This record gives sequence, C-alpha cells and structure tokens, in this order.
Amino acid sequence: MKASRSWIEEYVDLPAGVTTDDLTARLTALGLKLEAIDRAGDAITGPLVLGRVLTMEPEPQKNGKTINWCTVDVGDANGTGEPQGIVCGAHNFAPGDLVVCVLPGAVLPGDFAISARKTYGHLSAGMICSARELGLGEDHDGIIVLPADAGEPGQDAFGVLGLDAEVIEFEINPDRAYGLSLRGIARDAALAYDAPYRDPALRETPAANAEGWPVEVDDAVGCPVFVARQVTGFDPAAPTPAWLAERLQHAGMRSISLAVDITNYVMLETGRPIHGYDADKVQGTVRVRRATEGERLTTLDGTDRALSPEDLVVTDDSGLIGLGGVMGGETTEMSSTTTSVLVEAAHWDATAMFRTGKRHKISSEAGKRNERGVDPTICEAAADRVVELLTTYGGGTVHPGVTVVGTPPVPLAIAIDADLPARVTGIAIDPATAVADLEAVGCTVTVDGDRLTAVPPSWRPDLTDPFDLVEEVARVVGYDQVPSVLPTPSAGRGLTREQRLRRRVGRTVAGAGYVEVVSFPFVGEATFNALGLPADDPLRHTVGLANPLSSEEPAYTTTLLPGLLKAAARNVGRGAAGVALFETGTVAFPVDRGPAPIYGVDRRPTDDELAKLFDTLPEQPLHLAVVLAGERERAGWWGEGREAGWADAIGLARRVATELGVELVVESASRMPWHPGRCARLLVGDEVLGHAGELHPKVAKAYGLPPRPAALELDLDLLLRRAVDVASGPVVSGYPVAKEDVALVVPAATAAAAVEAALREGAGALLESIRLFDVYTGEQVGDGHKSLAFALRFRATDRTLTDEEVGAARDAAVALAAERTGAAQRA
Amino acid sequence: MTFTLLLTHDERPELSGPNTDYDPVEVTPLKSEEVEAARDAALAAIAGAADLDGLKQVRIDHTGDRSPLALANREIGALPPQARKEAGQRIGQARGAVNKALGERQAVLEVEHEERMLVEETVDVTLPTDRLPSGARHPITTGSELIADIFVAMGWEVAEGPVIEAEWLNFDALNLGADHPARTMQDTFWTEPAENAMVLRTHTSPVQARTMLTRTPPIYVVCPGRVFRTDEYDATHSPMFHQVEGLAIDEGISMAHLKGTLDHFATSMFGEGITTRFRPSYFPFTEPSAEVDLVCFVCRGAGELEGSPCRTCRGEGWIEWGGCGVVNPRVLTACGVDAERYTGFAFGMGIDRTLMFRHGLEDLRELFEGDVRFTTAFGTEL
Repeated sequence: MKASRSWIEEYVDLPAGVTTDDLTARLTALGLKLEAIDRAGDAITGPLVLGRVLTMEPEPQKNGKTINWCTVDVGDANGTGEPQGIVCGAHNFAPGDLVVCVLPGAVLPGDFAISARKTYGHLSAGMICSARELGLGEDHDGIIVLPADAGEPGQDAFGVLGLDAEVIEFEINPDRAYGLSLRGIARDAALAYDAPYRDPALRETPAANAEGWPVEVDDAVGCPVFVARQVTGFDPAAPTPAWLAERLQHAGMRSISLAVDITNYVMLETGRPIHGYDADKVQGTVRVRRATEGERLTTLDGTDRALSPEDLVVTDDSGLIGLGGVMGGETTEMSSTTTSVLVEAAHWDATAMFRTGKRHKISSEAGKRNERGVDPTICEAAADRVVELLTTYGGGTVHPGVTVVGTPPVPLAIAIDADLPARVTGIAIDPATAVADLEAVGCTVTVDGDRLTAVPPSWRPDLTDPFDLVEEVARVVGYDQVPSVLPTPSAGRGLTREQRLRRRVGRTVAGAGYVEVVSFPFVGEATFNALGLPADDPLRHTVGLANPLSSEEPAYTTTLLPGLLKAAARNVGRGAAGVALFETGTVAFPVDRGPAPIYGVDRRPTDDELAKLFDTLPEQPLHLAVVLAGERERAGWWGEGREAGWADAIGLARRVATELGVELVVESASRMPWHPGRCARLLVGDEVLGHAGELHPKVAKAYGLPPRPAALELDLDLLLRRAVDVASGPVVSGYPVAKEDVALVVPAATAAAAVEAALREGAGALLESIRLFDVYTGEQVGDGHKSLAFALRFRATDRTLTDEEVGAARDAAVALAAERTGAAQRA
Repeated sequence: MTFTLLLTHDERPELSGPNTDYDPVEVTPLKSEEVEAARDAALAAIAGAADLDGLKQVRIDHTGDRSPLALANREIGALPPQARKEAGQRIGQARGAVNKALGERQAVLEVEHEERMLVEETVDVTLPTDRLPSGARHPITTGSELIADIFVAMGWEVAEGPVIEAEWLNFDALNLGADHPARTMQDTFWTEPAENAMVLRTHTSPVQARTMLTRTPPIYVVCPGRVFRTDEYDATHSPMFHQVEGLAIDEGISMAHLKGTLDHFATSMFGEGITTRFRPSYFPFTEPSAEVDLVCFVCRGAGELEGSPCRTCRGEGWIEWGGCGVVNPRVLTACGVDAERYTGFAFGMGIDRTLMFRHGLEDLRELFEGDVRFTTAFGTEL
C-alpha cells in the first residue's frame, strides 16, 4: 500500500513539524510497517519547468524515424524569454499542449545530465519529458501532456508533477486490512499523535428508495450488502483531474479513465472496492447468486472462465455480468462511450473472495481487500462518494434512485479478563489503560467487575479473539514497553543420544578430511539415469512434487549421491585436484498409504488419529554419504600423492562404525552406481546399512569426474540405532604379548574377511588381535591363488602364555581357516 | 689369596706366562717413571680424543689387554712379595686416573656428539605438512549446533521432525486454515498428488505442533531444520533454507519471557550489549505477533562506522532477525494444550540469513554450492 503523505494528511491534522520519518516510525510501531519512503524529486535537480508547445515540425530521418523539431514557450525559465528549440522523438502531443521541459544544467534520475547538444541538424536545448525519464513510472508511451489549466509556461514543474511529494510505502499485514486504505492509515496516524481525524466514510447518504436499480441477492451469506447508485449524462471524455491522477500514481496505480480512476480512488480512500458498470449495457434486474456447474464468464481481462458452484456471480437478464467482488464481465464494461454509470458497492464474504481469487488465479487490488475483510457498513458512503466525484468531474446527474439490499453483519463482542493484556504482554497495564486503549482503536468497551467486553469497530473484522484485543492494547501501549525477563524452565535433559551421536559422526568424518556440503534434494529421471540405476531400481520410486521449480527435477531424492556428485564435479571444474565431500541429509521413500488426513482444529486429534496421520507420511531416514574423486593425499616433499579409491570409502564406513562401537560387516556386492567388482555391502548383523566402494566408470563420466571416484552411502538412522549404548570397559592385560605371523594361500576369490573370521574363531579366547598385513599374488603361490599374511597377537589376562599354548592356538586358527576356506599354510 | 687361585695354569695368557727366570729389578714396565709415562700418555691421548670413535680407540690403546698399563699390571705377580704392594698401588692409581679421565671424556664427547647430531638433524620446519587435506563441517550444521547449545544451556531441548510433512501439521494446526489469506503467503511445494495433503514443510513450526501433540507442558524446545518455499534461486532467496524456531509453553508465560529469551539468544550469539526490539506484526500462529530486530552487532546500533553507513544493517542500526509472538490459543487447542491454564511463546529466524550477516556472506548460494574453499574457511566449529 502506497500513499503520499499529503493525501494522508487530508484526513488527520498532524502536529506541526512532524517529519515523515517520525510519522512512519510511529505507524510502524502501531503495526503499519514502513517499507520505503519515496521522494521522487530527490533524484532530479535543476530547471524542470512547464512549457507550451508553439511549433512542431515533423522531420523524417534516414534511419526511418521521424523526429519533431519543436519550439516551446518556457516563459523566462531559460533566462531569455525566447522560445526554446527542442528535438523530440515522441508524437503524442500537438502545438498548444502544456508539457514538461527539462532545461540544460538539470540532472535527471540516473545522473543523466542535460545539456544543449547538436542532434538531427538542430541545437536541442533540453528535453520534453516522459514520465519514465522523470522516474515517475514505467509509462513510456510518450511525453507527459498536462491539462491545459495545470499551470503557466516557465512555472516550476516539481509541484505540478508531485515531485515534491513524499510517497510512503507500507507493508500491510493480512490482519490489518484497514491499512489498505487512506481512511485506516490516517486513523492510526491520528492515534499515534492523538490528533484530530476526519473519517472519509462518515457522510450523509440518501436513504434507499424505490427508484433504485432493481437488485436481488439470492445469497445473503456471500453478499450481505449490495448498494447500487447511478449517474446519467456522464461525459466519457472528461479528463481525470491532475490531483487525482497524481494520487493514484503515487499509490502505484495507472490513470485509465475518469470513471475507472474514481472507483479506484474511492477504493484507496475508503478501502471499499467499487465496481462500475456501463448502465446502458446492463439489462433488467441485477442479481447475486452462486454460479451453477458449467457456467462460463468472460471477465473484463478477456479471459473465458469456467465457474464453480462456489463462485459468487452477478447476473442480469442477459446472463452473467460479473464475478462478484473479484472482477467484472466484459459485456457490461465501462468504455470510452459510457455515459451512464451503474455503481456497485457491495460487501462480499471474505472466504468466498479468497477461494474464487485462488481458483481463478486472479490477484487484484479489489480482491486483496475483499478477501482480507472490508468495513461492511460503508457501502452506501463509498457509493455516494463515487457518484459525487463522477458528477463533479464528469458532469451528468446523480440518478435519484438508491438501492440498498441487505444489512451489514454486526461484529461480535469479545469478553476478556481485564488483566489479560497485562498477563500476556508482561507489561504492567492496569484495566483502565486497557479499556482506554481499546476505545482508542475504536472498540466499544463495557466493564463488569474483573471482566471487560469489547465490541470491535466495523472496520476491524480481524478482531475476533481475546488475544486479538491483547495485541491491540499492546500496540497502543507500545511493544517497546515489554520488559525482558528470562523464563526459568526446569532442568532439561540436554541433547538426545541420537543428536549427540550425529554430531560425533559429523566430527569424525570431517576429522577424516571430508568437507560437508548441503545440497538441494530435488531429482528427476535424468538424475537416476546418470547414476545408471536399472529401470526397476527401488531408488527410482520417489515422492513426487506437484509443483516443482524445475520439470527436470520433479521429485524428492532417495539418495544423497547426486547432490554430492554435482558438488564434486563443481569443485573439480573449479580447479580442485581432488575432492572429498560428505553430506548428512534426509531422503524420502514413498509409503503409498494414501492421503494425510486433515482434521479439525477445535480439539486435539486422538492418539489413533495422530498415528494414522504419521503413518501416511513417507519414510524419511537420515543418510550419510560421501564422494571422493581425484587426489586424496597430496604429493609433496614427502613423496608421491595418492588418488582416492574404493578403500577410502569403505574405510570411512568402518571408521564411523568404530566411532559408534558398531561391528560393521563388509561383503562383496554388485549394485549401481558402484563398480560391480569394487562395491561393498555394509551390514550390521544381517541388516543392510548401505554400500561403499568405487563408482562405476559410467558415473564418473556422466558427472565429469576424474577416473575412479569412490562413494559411500548408508542409513545413518539405522547405524545410530545400532550404536553401542553404554560401552563396557575392557580388561587390559599387563602380561607379555606373544606374536605369531601366518601366511595362508587361498583361491583368489576368497574374501580376506572370511579367512580372518575363521582365524579369529579358531584362535579362541587367547587371541588379542589379528591384522592382515600383506597380500601376495605371483609365481610362488600359483595361478588363481593369493597369499594372505596375518599378524596374530596372543595374550592372557592372568598369566604369561607358554610357547605350547601359543602354538596350539595358532595351529587351531590355521586349521579352522583351512577347513572353512581351503587355506593352506604357505611353505 | 694366592695368584694361582686366581688363574689356573691353563688360563694364563701366553704373554703373561710365569716368569721363571725373572729378575724383579729388571721388570721395566713396573718402574715408576714408566708407569707414570704410560699414565700420562693415556691421559694425553684421552684429552686429545676428538670424538667418541677416537676415544674408543684410545680406550683400546691405553686400557686394553695390550696396553702398557695392562701389561704392567700383569707383571705384578712376578715381583717379590715385598715389591708387589707398592707396584700394585702405583699401577692401580695410574689405571684409576686413566679410567676416570676416560669416563669424563666420554661424558663430554657424548654431549658434544648429541649436540652435533641434533644440529645435523635440523629440518626446515616451515615445510608444508598438508599431505591430507583438511575436512570441515558446514556452517549451517555448526551454526545450528551453536544455536541449539545456547538453548540447551538454558534447560531447553532440541526437537525435530520430518521435512515432508502433513498439510494439517504444517498449516491447519497452526491456525492456517485452508481459507486463511496468509496461506497464500507461503509458497508451498506440494507432493504429488496434491490431494495427498503433504507438503515440503514451509517452516519448522510443524515440529512445534508435533511437540505439543506428543508431550505435556511445560515445554521448552528449539527446532532447527531444513525448510522449503517455491522461491526462485538467487543471492538472497533459495527454495531450500534453514530455520530455527523456539517454543515455550508453561504457566504464566508472557511476551516478557519471549523478550528475555531472545535478548539472551542475541547476546550469546553476537556478544554483550546486542539485544532485540519488537515491532507489531502478524503471524497466524501467534497473537500478539512481533517482528524482532537485533541491534547491529557491527556498528552496535550506531548505523554508521567511521562516518559511512554501516553495510551490515544498511545504516539502520538494527537488523531484521525473525518473527515471534505469543502462541495463539487456537494453536494450543488444536494441539491439545489447555489454553486456559497455559500460555506460550514462539519465535523463528533463518539460520542461513543469520549466518549471512554474522559472517558477512554476500550470496546465499555459497551455502549450497558445496565449494570446499567456502566451507573449509569455517572449520569444524563456528
């Protein structure tokens, strides 16, 4: 909502010397938030004057354009009194017109300095200005042609154009619909300064009579009040007075025609949207009803609309003539030949307005007001103001007929404890102050003991609840009066176990040299194709978005890898030799258990209802994923660097598991997007956590990554659930260690982990640790075989082991490995 | 004690075999001047040993089996008993002096050796040691944790919820009914099909609703999390961003407690003297509602720095931080909290935006690009 300060002051007598900054600060404190103060003239300096065009010679140019060589009377503004010669490219004016001239020495918005310059064979001493050149709007249809009586040539144009005005833009919250009118803004300004206020909607209006246009309202819920007035003999060519056009322009609206401008003006002034019909096109009785299925209407924006039975429509004998309160119809639209205007000022049901506007995607100034709630009592006043302005500036006569159908809804009284404002705000507000403040915002208040009852004013349909009254009192008292008091909750339990463990995982992974990223979770077919997922891969079954930002990525992701791969490629593309990234984030898997229920809000849903609601939501586990590519360890004075590989990804999984006290099982697997021979399935017990290993070469290529990138993705929620809860302390033996190395030859395809597991089991309780320290393939072990060398450490907690005990344990280990995996001790 | 008890015949070294035809007067090595000469020669050699290797040779030469003093010592047994004592003392003293000198010299040379070794082992400690690149956690993560910790320290807890949320929890339960004009302010991502009544949560407020629905007051929770709006992606807007919201439900809660909590939050996050102010605003889930501004922590409210307008607050002296208010009793009712007995307050602010002005970030997109140069600048804690 924008309005010039001078317009606001038409309805309120502000104390002398009040600055616009102070006014807007006080209005902001009352809830009408300042967005910006626009002082259009600030960007213009120097001579900007009115001029009358004396001569105008069209001169065709070689480039196809025709310029006008003009002489303009600018009075004494040029110091000589001689006509000013100016070249002008616009054609929307004629000799005799009053225009705006900027003379050499001036500076226009954008630091555009004006000087006399040679152009098209003339010395052009200045410019005839368009609105856009003066920063008065985007209208560049042509230069500004002022009404003939706007002023005299040579007169300073700042005042005439309103360039000296200060335009205040407010950000009006949805609950303060009254702020969408000068009436409301001025009322709060009066409240801010305790200043005299004149209500523009407070006027004597003629009573309804039988001569009024016939109107019938079939739906009094949708349209409680319908007022119709008429003006006849109106001059459709009458211009909009400059002051009115200027106020509209300051409010951000274009001047269209006198009749339309007046309806807009009265809407801005009172907040009440008005619709004007060409009365000669309206046939018979005007009726308000709901639309019926299948009805269509072409609204005045030229759109043919299929209507819903919920839409409120206005009809006449010819059929539909308007979408009530939202937009008029084409057939009865006012035009340049309209001489008889039927004025409609009706009150519409806000919810119906909201739904119709949303259904038909119509966003208009009228709709914005109607759906937020307008004062229902001012229809007659607003219509009367319209006919007054129409006849004042467009001639014609006010038709004696006055139609008023229906009665405005009455605001409901709200009763509160008198100390409620004090209790809720924490400000010491005594009941008398609360009463006075509520009265100051227009409520009618009665006090009964400790209770007070307030009837909100007609212009505040937003006041319905006890706490609404608290806010009214608070804003009058001032939010700056709220004291600062720390609440004292009872002792909390700190972070939950999972919250603590998540932090630990993050620190562990970052500590291992990975950089965390936060990516968008949006994916599409192409994403999964780039990952090389088969057509039936469960990861392709996504939660779709009904209104995605990009049709390429219309779903919520099931894997964190795409975001990481994109980020990795971005880093590589920006010159990184290697990259190691991680992300912890939510992925989503549809559960396809139907729509989420929508319950009422007058009570808590039952536990069963809640369970049902929770049950419909997609599964949304937290995943941990990493992607590595290129250099993992740098080359340097210490020697060679090292490229990232499959072992990094699996190693990180192990490290995270160790950090959480989880025994991770690593198995060979084959699954896209991983390399089929270099992919590990990660399990805890028999529960699959995820996968890790080298990515498939196709994936590296699809994302433009260096060869052999590696990745890990696992279900972090699952892992955290398996995290050791309370670790039991180990017994640390101080007895000497006995070391035994064994080298076992096994078929090349045998998993080292299987051999290790057999050794571990066979060695029994005396085994302290086992570690694979070498893998050998070559002639000595024969084709198709490999030798695995393990270092075993034996120790007891209560004695020094004898050579015989150690030897027996080692032999038992080797024997079990031989039995399980066919391992032969290497000669 | 006899000599023969000390050495059996067979064990006697050849060179020191029994001197059957000795003439004690003629045993040259036992002459006192000879002993002294041998001693002095040894001491001179010790003093002259330049390093441990040299000293080792000196030790062999002057105390070894074939050294003059060792040989002389061997001859003592051949002396007549009356001469043995004197010769034994003389040689014992000489050998003692030599051994002492050796020990002292050894100690000196060891110190010298170690010092030389340490000098020789000097490396250029300014060489790079960045073999393994550093990791980092994302500032949104560490920022969320910082905020959570401030509240946990006050006895609050951290609540969480899903990002794909039921429409009822994201809107209706928060007094944002289907026909609420404010609902159009929320540019919501709906899941497919839209009739399923699920959204990508537009705020973390449904976590508050869930908390009220599943716990009994008093409730003091803070909810950091990821939220979505259908905003086009630019320097100050993103379809995905992060919020932190707080909710307190207790008996006797007022706006004063809200102000106290936010002042403490601001001070903890931005330093002493950085407090907040309220301006009237509107949110369906709070009444009264306020926007909360923060004293600009850069210019400390002055609006200018060294004569120019402060860039962080654009000369305002205040930074818009978030929204807050007293929980609308309609929300309490829908979420099963006795609105007669309890009141509450709620607040919410953007984590990304808070980080932007706290750390002077120019472009929101930096947070989501995943460029390691950006993230590593923040390390693992904020």
